[in-house]
Amino acid sequence: MTPRILLAVAARVLTQLRRDRRTAAMLLVLPCALITLLWWMFQEVPGDPFNRFGPALLAMFPFIVMFLVTSVTTLRERSSGTLERLLAMPMGKLDFLGGYAVAFGVVAAVQAALAVTLSVGLLGLDVAGPVALLGVVAVADAVLGTALGLLVSAFARTEFQAVQFMPLFVIPQILLCGLFVPRSALPDVLRAVSDVLPLSYATDAMQTLVTTSATAEVWRDLGIVVAFTVAALALGAATLRRRTP
Amino acid sequence: MADNLVEVRALVVDRGDRRVLDGLDLTIEEGSVTGLLGPSGCGKSTLMRSLVGVQQLTSGRVTIAGAEAGSAPLRSKVGYVTQAASVYDDLTVRENLAFFARVLGADREAVERAITTVDLTTHADAVVGRLSGGQRSRASLAVALLNTPDLLVLDEPTVGLDPVLRRELWALFHRLAEDGAAVFVSSHVMDEADRCDRLLLMREGRIIADDTPQGIRESTQTDDIESAFLALVDDGVGDR
Repeated sequence: MTPRILLAVAARVLTQLRRDRRTAAMLLVLPCALITLLWWMFQEVPGDPFNRFGPALLAMFPFIVMFLVTSVTTLRERSSGTLERLLAMPMGKLDFLGGYAVAFGVVAAVQAALAVTLSVGLLGLDVAGPVALLGVVAVADAVLGTALGLLVSAFARTEFQAVQFMPLFVIPQILLCGLFVPRSALPDVLRAVSDVLPLSYATDAMQTLVTTSATAEVWRDLGIVVAFTVAALALGAATLRRRTP
Repeated sequence: MADNLVEVRALVVDRGDRRVLDGLDLTIEEGSVTGLLGPSGCGKSTLMRSLVGVQQLTSGRVTIAGAEAGSAPLRSKVGYVTQAASVYDDLTVRENLAFFARVLGADREAVERAITTVDLTTHADAVVGRLSGGQRSRASLAVALLNTPDLLVLDEPTVGLDPVLRRELWALFHRLAEDGAAVFVSSHVMDEADRCDRLLLMREGRIIADDTPQGIRESTQTDDIESAFLALVDDGVGDR
């Protein structure tokens, strides 16, 4: 791995995003808009449902958005020939993947800062634990989304197919992460499935942060999310072949 | 192996169930411009991909300066321009080159030099996606010129370009060859043949002629390369 090359990739991806105003706006504004929509929906509902659903959404949005953006961007890189050109240059596979992870990690940090500030500052989300840690978990989720997006882009031939991976890889995770039914109340089989899905841990971490001020469990869940990310990046590196048929 | 920079031995490449290259032998020496001519679909791009080391080989060997094609030490010494312009459409010409220069470890000066060489100075800050096809392929060519490579593999670099620019680019290829590089250029346009020091004619995965352009014309007793190509095919050279 060469830091110079990794950072060159990251800087380039960020420049491309800056050019693409619409995508940049989607990445930063959309999660905030959706969280506000959710908050508004629950205005007339008794109890405090926003506090129940809000944390899960903070975990979910960065994950979904980064998954989509990364899978499509990387696929474009594969189909336009730039990936082949880069792999014929002194570019390590980890430089390439790491560059993407760093660039989208930076975007995710900004996105998380906006979403968390909005939820806690304006929409009245009660957070018992440290607010900054909420941001850290959100960034970890976003990088996880990036890593999975990089991985699935290897199995798609067109951008259309890449988008189709979203219902396959993302929606089951949303259904089983504890947002709709608490994970402890799921049937045993589904409970076991949700135990091996990374988004479950991301949601757990967010929910723990909101309800208690103890952080040990949060760090454990965060560790699991990071482990999934590293595994997805390693698998992604295995799918990047210098020589293709 | 004195001056042979590139050695290809018994190269076989299958893509799917089709045999694209069928036992190819080839050497390319430094300091010359070698042209690879043949109809589209005859295996030119596959051969070029094999030289760069991004093609899965079925059997055979490709070595460059004694090292296996595509191996790590070669990656900064081989310049490669794919047939489709492999540059980022949403970056400017200069941003594209600056990025690839950082990957290659080349300096800012190399970026400006490459832009001048391909005559894109007035479009340096234009986003590549808005340029014409010819301008985009020049931007793609500029990337390969960033680090004065020992071997330059160019897949149809002059397609669709203005004749004046085409002449300039061929002059550039010869300058690079004089400086010691091996330049390997493919084309499906037969009238570019005479610009090469040495010419390989290719058909259906085989090399059917390998000589100077003049040598090929003389041995086939024809006046131009297109007729020579036809004469060779009619004689059954390269039939399976």
